[in-house]
Order: sequence, then C-alpha cells, then structure tokens
Amino acid sequence: MSEENESSVYDVLTKVNDNTWEVPGNFKPGMNVPGRIFVSKPLLDLLDNETLVQVANVASLPGIQQYSMAMPDAHLGYGFSIGGVAAFDKDDGVISPGGVGFDINCGVRLIRSDLTEDDVRPKLPELLDALFEAIPSGVGSKSRLRVNDTELDDIFVHGVQWAVKNGYGVKNDLAHCESNGMMRGADPSKVSVKARKRGRPQIGTLGSGNHFLEVQYVDKIYDEEAAEAFGLKEGQITFMIHCGSRGAGHQICTDHLQKLTQASKKYKIPLPDKQLACAPASSEEAQDYFKAMICAANYAWVNRQVIMHWSREVFDDIFKEEHGDLGLDLVYDVAHNVAKLEKHIIDGEEKKVYVHRKGATRAFPAGHPEVPDDYRDIGQPVIIPGSMGTASYVLKGCPAAMELTFGSACHGAGRVMSRKSAKQELRGEEIQKELRSQGIIVRATQPSLIAEEAPEVYKSSSEVVDVVHNLGIATKVARVLPMGVVKG
Amino acid sequence: MPSDMNKDFEYLEHTADAKFRAYGKSLGEAFENAALAMLNVMVETDSINNSSSVDVELSSPDADALLFDWLSEILFLFEVEEMVFGGVKVNELEISDEGCTLSATLSGEAIDLSVHVFDTEVKAATYNDMKIEQVDDGWMIQATVDT
Repeated sequence: MSEENESSVYDVLTKVNDNTWEVPGNFKPGMNVPGRIFVSKPLLDLLDNETLVQVANVASLPGIQQYSMAMPDAHLGYGFSIGGVAAFDKDDGVISPGGVGFDINCGVRLIRSDLTEDDVRPKLPELLDALFEAIPSGVGSKSRLRVNDTELDDIFVHGVQWAVKNGYGVKNDLAHCESNGMMRGADPSKVSVKARKRGRPQIGTLGSGNHFLEVQYVDKIYDEEAAEAFGLKEGQITFMIHCGSRGAGHQICTDHLQKLTQASKKYKIPLPDKQLACAPASSEEAQDYFKAMICAANYAWVNRQVIMHWSREVFDDIFKEEHGDLGLDLVYDVAHNVAKLEKHIIDGEEKKVYVHRKGATRAFPAGHPEVPDDYRDIGQPVIIPGSMGTASYVLKGCPAAMELTFGSACHGAGRVMSRKSAKQELRGEEIQKELRSQGIIVRATQPSLIAEEAPEVYKSSSEVVDVVHNLGIATKVARVLPMGVVKG
Repeated sequence: MPSDMNKDFEYLEHTADAKFRAYGKSLGEAFENAALAMLNVMVETDSINNSSSVDVELSSPDADALLFDWLSEILFLFEVEEMVFGGVKVNELEISDEGCTLSATLSGEAIDLSVHVFDTEVKAATYNDMKIEQVDDGWMIQATVDT
C-alpha cells in the first residue's frame, strides 16, 4: 500500500479505540450520521480511501441510525462497501438493494460429522472427485434438479421447509438455519418471469467466483462449552458450503434496482452513487423489492440445503459402510447479504429498523429469541470462511454486537487484490501445487479461478476475526483448517 | 481524464469487481464495446464461432438505464439461451429526453465446455461509477460489473 494512500486514510479517520475508527460526519457533505470502521491498525493500512467514501455515501441516506458501519473485512464494493452494515428507521428510513447486493443471501453453512481427519485423509481425492461430480459448479452451471413454476413459488415462500418436505434434508436442519431457512413476507408475484427462468434450473448449484465447498477438520477449540453445544471437537471432519441465490437473486436485484432508480427520482432522494438507489421503506417500490428479496433469500437457503443433501449422500456412499451413521448435522447456516426488519435498542428505545448487511454476518447473542433453542444459552454460531487454503472460524454472537453493530460481525477474510491483478500475477496451476504440498486438494473447473481466489489475494482471516473477538462482538469458538476445496 | 481511443475497451483496477472503459466513434459503437468488455471478463470472445444470432430490443427512461438494461440483458440471454456471444452489433440507438431505445443483434453459439474457456462469472451489471461521456473523437462508457 502506498504511503500516500495510508496518510490520506489516517487524515480522515478519528481513532475511537484500537479496533474502532470514526469517519467524521463532515467528511462528505450530506452525511446524516458519522461512519464507524471496525478495524485494527494492520487492517486499516490495507483500507483505501474509496471504501471510506462508500461508507460516507451510505451515511447520507435518509433515516440511517447511529452510524454507517464497516466490518473488519471491509473493502471497495459497488454502492455499499463490502462489509457494510446500516440500519434504517422502519418509518422514516429507506430500503436499498445496494445494501444487499446482487447475490441476495449469499451465505455459508457448516456441517459437522463423527468422522476424524484420519478417517478421511486416505480417501480425500476420491471424496473430492465425487463432490465435484455431484455438485454442479462453474459459470452458468445447471442442476440435475429442475423445478416447475409452482414448485418455485413454494421455494420462494417456504424456503428450506420445501426442501425438507421434498426429501432434501431432515427436520432438524430447519432450526439450524438463520430465520429457520424461511424468511416470512415473501411475495412471488414480485419476481419477474426472467428471474424465474434463471432460477428454475439452478437449485443445487455452487456457481463461480468465491463460492466453494470445502472439506475441513477442526484444529483448535477456543471455547469448550460453546464448541460442545455446536457439536464440534478437535480432529473432527466438517464441511462448509458458500454460495447464494444464483441467477434468480441476481435478476431480482437487477429488476428492482432499475425500478428503485426511478423511485429515487420520484421521492427526490439525492444519491451520491446511483448504485445506492432506494425508496422510503414503507413505499410500494421499496416493499415490492423487499418481498422479492425475501423470495431470493429463501431460494438461496434451499440452494445450500440441496447442495448439503447431495454432499451428505456422497459422504454416505464413501464412508457409511465402514463408519455407520456419520452424524452429518447442520451446525448453522448464516446469510451475509440480506436486509431484515429487526428490533434494536437505539438511544435507549426499542426501534424497528431495516438492517442491511452487505458482506456481514448476523451475530445475535445468547438469549436472543432468534437464536435456536439448543444454542440459546450460548449465542448464534457465526461462521467466517477463510480464503482458499486458509483457516475458517466458528464464533458465537455476543452482547456487544447488539450495542455496537446492530448484531453484526464480519463475513470473511476480505479481498485485497483484484481478480485482474491476481490472474496477471499468479498462476492457478502453481497455487494448486503449493496447496497440494500443504495437503490441501483443490478441484476447479478452470485454473484461472484458483488464481483469482488464491490465499494471497485476501486479508488474513485470523486478523479479521481477532477484531470482532477483541471487540466482544463475536468470540472465537473453533478454528477449522481446509483439506480439500471444490471451486466453481 | 485520459482516454485511449485506439483501444476498443480497457479494464481499470477494482478490488472485487470488474471495471472497464469502452470507446467508440459513435455511442452505438461504445455500447458494442462495453458489451464486449463485459463478455471478455467471462470468456475469450475470439474463441466463439458467431454462427447464430439473437435480437435485442430495449427501451429505458435514460441513457444510464439503457446501458444498465443492455448489459443486464446480455447476461440474462447468456444464462437462459445457454449461448456465448462473440459478436455484438448495435443496429439503432436513440437517446432523447422522452426515453431511449436500442436495437441490437448478438451473435454467438451454444456453450460447449470443450471449446469455450470460461473465466470469471459476471453476476450483474451495476450503476456504480457509471459514465457515458462524449469525448474528443467519440464516446466513452465506464461501467462496473459485479463478479
């Protein structure tokens, strides 16, 4: 990072504490609230000025509460920064598709097992080949599951309930998804024919980009009590699925962004960036988007559910004969691109707000009614995937999240190098070889995809996680290390 | 702002997404090159045999919206027609205060994974830092697509 850039970021920000920096309310004209960036000094050095501008732009939207926030993995996005969190008053605020992104309910789920690293290591190549075969991945990938329009409506409205009813999973999976894998308030009539066309053939597909399926083992436990509640122990095999709502979600955002662009003009909302198009939260335009967004969110939960189901089948095929029941239980599934109507205490009063999390994970603490019964005394599992070949973390949501970040934490490591530079500077085959020498097998449709997602293009996941841990937003429960990765 | 009119398009630095500038002597040509810039993020368009074609007709309230619709429509057609496009021809482009229209022909072929080498998936077009500007010897379009 250049000195020039470093000095300019420091010129703007005011230090609140070691892990909290403020973007003053006078940084840009029109800001309604200041910005808050939750980063450590080393991570701040990786932040660019444009990301601060994006945080300030969000601060200028009507009805924003307290602060426009950026999580420790924040980096430049479009509209909102990635890692952006903002809450808008239910009555005086807005809803903005730019605060959710195109990949609505992109998220992560973690599945535990009773297998150990020693059980799986000898059969790892076979396992990865079978997973790569069973789960369609890559640009434009299509599924072996095809649904008709009536089933698609059912998926949009009932989410994972549809999947379980149709044999893709077990009843216990429901409670271990954020919002029980079914956000209420969906209205499929707000979803276009185009989005339906894209959605029908893609349930159970990973897609491309940073999406992956990873076989891992638990290498460290930080919090015995929480780990036990989550069913995690050292040496155990887990697998993780990271993907979203595919073409259906992209199209839903595209369609409604276009409508809200016109609505912003109608309601005379000044926009510092057109990608922040929005409308008053209670307006028909905003509510239409919100109802369609919920359809996409539910679709994404079904997508991850079906991928999990097929992965369970693969594990069973390879290991069940020898090991019996494998205990492949869903630990939890979190959304990291979504807007939700939630209650938060603001200036001493309980308020209903639309919390937008774009590249941020919900992190509700123990006792919160939305935390599943069996985790209620612990806190919500917060799953933070690392970059390819690096550690992922399981944390638990803590009370400080409700005080500082509207119940939100980081969502991953956070990019530092563009895909373009990554492909120019790195070679997929070499990275694959390097990872192989560390015992990590990567299966991908193209070597260039491996270069784009190489460990060195991301910040260190451990540094990112340390910030939320040290702030008490979400504290570390377990660390998992990769053994094998399937990339889109 | 430097512009390199000798190029059809060029990519700019962006941490997470693909940002580009496309040029043309006419606005229609700049729209064609913007489409090619986006398509080349996904697949090398030179490897495509442009043997069949799809017509596109769009109308949008303003020029920015038309560009957004144009790039979005190509992504939609790529996915549902299961086709890759290497040829882009804008037949008519009307920009006025009453509204904007575009008629174009995309040419390409059915996706064949043994021939077409896919690169980065483009999820969607965005309005982020979008620019449509008249420059000395033609037009410049700047756009960011979500990858």
